[in-house]
Amino acid sequence: MAEPEADDSGRYDEVLADPRYQRLVKRRGRFTWLLTAIMLAAYYGYILLIAFDKEVLARPIGGGVTSLGIPIGVGIILLAIVLTGLYVRRANKEYDPLVRALRDGAPQ
Amino acid sequence: MSGATNWSAIGMFAIFVAFTLGITAWAARRTRTRADFYAAGGGVSGFKNGLAIAGDYMSAASFLGISSQIFGFGYDGLIYSIGFLVGWPVILFLMAERLRNLGRYTFADVASFRFAQTPVRCFAAVSTLAVVLFYLIAQMVGAGQLIQLLFGLQYLYAVVIVGVLMTLYVLFGGMIATTWVQIIKAVLLLGCATFMALAVLYQFGFSVEALFARAVQVKTDIASAGGLGADQAAAKGGSIMGPGTFLTDPVSAISLGIALMFGTAGLPHILMRFFTVPDARQARISVLWATGWIGYFYILTFIIGFGAIVLVGTNPAWVDAAGALRSGNMAAIHLAEAIGGNLFLGFVSAVAFATILAVVAGLTLSGASAVSHDLYASVFRKGQAKSDEELRVSRWTVVVLALLAIGLGVAFEKINVAFMVGLAFALAASGNFPVLILSLFWKGCTTRGVVAGGTAGVVLALVLTILSKSIWVDILHNPKPIFPYIYPAIFSMPVAFLTIWIVSLLDTSPRAAVDRKGYLHQRVRAETGIGADGASAH
Repeated sequence: MAEPEADDSGRYDEVLADPRYQRLVKRRGRFTWLLTAIMLAAYYGYILLIAFDKEVLARPIGGGVTSLGIPIGVGIILLAIVLTGLYVRRANKEYDPLVRALRDGAPQ
Repeated sequence: MSGATNWSAIGMFAIFVAFTLGITAWAARRTRTRADFYAAGGGVSGFKNGLAIAGDYMSAASFLGISSQIFGFGYDGLIYSIGFLVGWPVILFLMAERLRNLGRYTFADVASFRFAQTPVRCFAAVSTLAVVLFYLIAQMVGAGQLIQLLFGLQYLYAVVIVGVLMTLYVLFGGMIATTWVQIIKAVLLLGCATFMALAVLYQFGFSVEALFARAVQVKTDIASAGGLGADQAAAKGGSIMGPGTFLTDPVSAISLGIALMFGTAGLPHILMRFFTVPDARQARISVLWATGWIGYFYILTFIIGFGAIVLVGTNPAWVDAAGALRSGNMAAIHLAEAIGGNLFLGFVSAVAFATILAVVAGLTLSGASAVSHDLYASVFRKGQAKSDEELRVSRWTVVVLALLAIGLGVAFEKINVAFMVGLAFALAASGNFPVLILSLFWKGCTTRGVVAGGTAGVVLALVLTILSKSIWVDILHNPKPIFPYIYPAIFSMPVAFLTIWIVSLLDTSPRAAVDRKGYLHQRVRAETGIGADGASAH
């Protein structure tokens, strides 16, 4: 366990040189950091709003008592679920086949 | 109901215990190797693991704590829920699949992957034990108080019962039994919360606006009964629809946000769940399910909290003249009684007890694996320990941790549970999280950097907490806190990142060269899972 590279070292070098690997890492990296940035921006935007301008969230909407903070708060919860769903769908469809090709392609 | 023996609750809880002990006996026959014990043999599907994660994560603190917060302050409770949820997408995008591909039993497998084993695993084990112990104390104290109130049992008995049951699950059934206890608990809790939310909405013709309007009215009436003028009372009542007093200064608000979001991504018992699935694909699917269930649960909690304002807040049996609960944070429990009478009260009480059991089982297992896998097998035996030997150490550690949890639960009876949970999250966000992120994503990261930065983050979070009002003033009775904010993570997490970065940059040791050289191969394995096949088989 301590030095797992020992057995697979040669294979890793082959994969590293494989353009498909470079493509996978680049594409997936871009997508995951984009999603992470969206989540962080939404959440910290919300926290900053709470920290500096509570009034906005307390403002009633639609003539009743329901405040703007309710749809925004529930919206962030739904956004979190939607973003995870988007990533899982793309990973299943696009990244998994690429990973499989890399694993099968590299000889033992 | 407080203090009176509640037989329907005890009866339903007895059924739960009998059923889960049956599962434990079944799981015990399947627990032969350390892979079974730590990771359920890596055979849990993404869907089941998602439910188990949700079960591990939706603690009694979130069910009872957040619904009571909403009961008291309205909207503020939602801010907490959102913070607890938004860590999950980040775990998925940056960590879940990589954890599965690089690790086998503990997150230290991943954190130490390309580094010198002994120092990194020692750090990881100590920080795991710190997080686990604080979280355990919170759960044990919560359990004791809850059971005392719900079942009419003495605090000491309640803590001992939780400790003994949890030991039985983990000791004999390992991760298989723990996973099933968590799944069953998640299903019960979600079902129960769904029923409560629907019952509340039913009374308002399924209009949330009508529910909110009535809640505002109730709060306004309480305020005017307290002697406020009509305008002031209306303002006070309306204040539950927006963020209020709960996060007073911006620094505390952001600091809490950091601890909640990134703490989740550093909780050892949560990270450990990613080793129970067969591959990265299932790891990913489990986060989607977990996020969905947890998000759904928090939306339910919001409705339950507002329902409690209306249905519990107007009942003088449960609240005093100022509208505060006589029982502390049992709003959801009272609501259960208001909705479904004594029988449903018993059911919800049993579910709340089951909830605590599932969480403490997961915590104890992760603490035990840190001792047996990281300290004993990797550091002390240098990776030469046999499966049987490692298992024996792990099981003894379970017993020791259970005794410790019982002892600390009794010693800290009066501690503020929410504070302890917050501390556990702050430690995880300041130690484990920066270490994992930089070891996964930064080539230049070295053994020394990780150990120095992780330690700095954990120690600073602890010290700042001790110097803050919660301990320095409230417990040590000093006149003024030295650290003016409530939550430390806004300082301690960046300090951890910065220390890892600077120490790694300055590190010119021979080991540092090995560490940096290992990055590219680690990355291939993290991205593709090549070499991780059958990682859980032996």
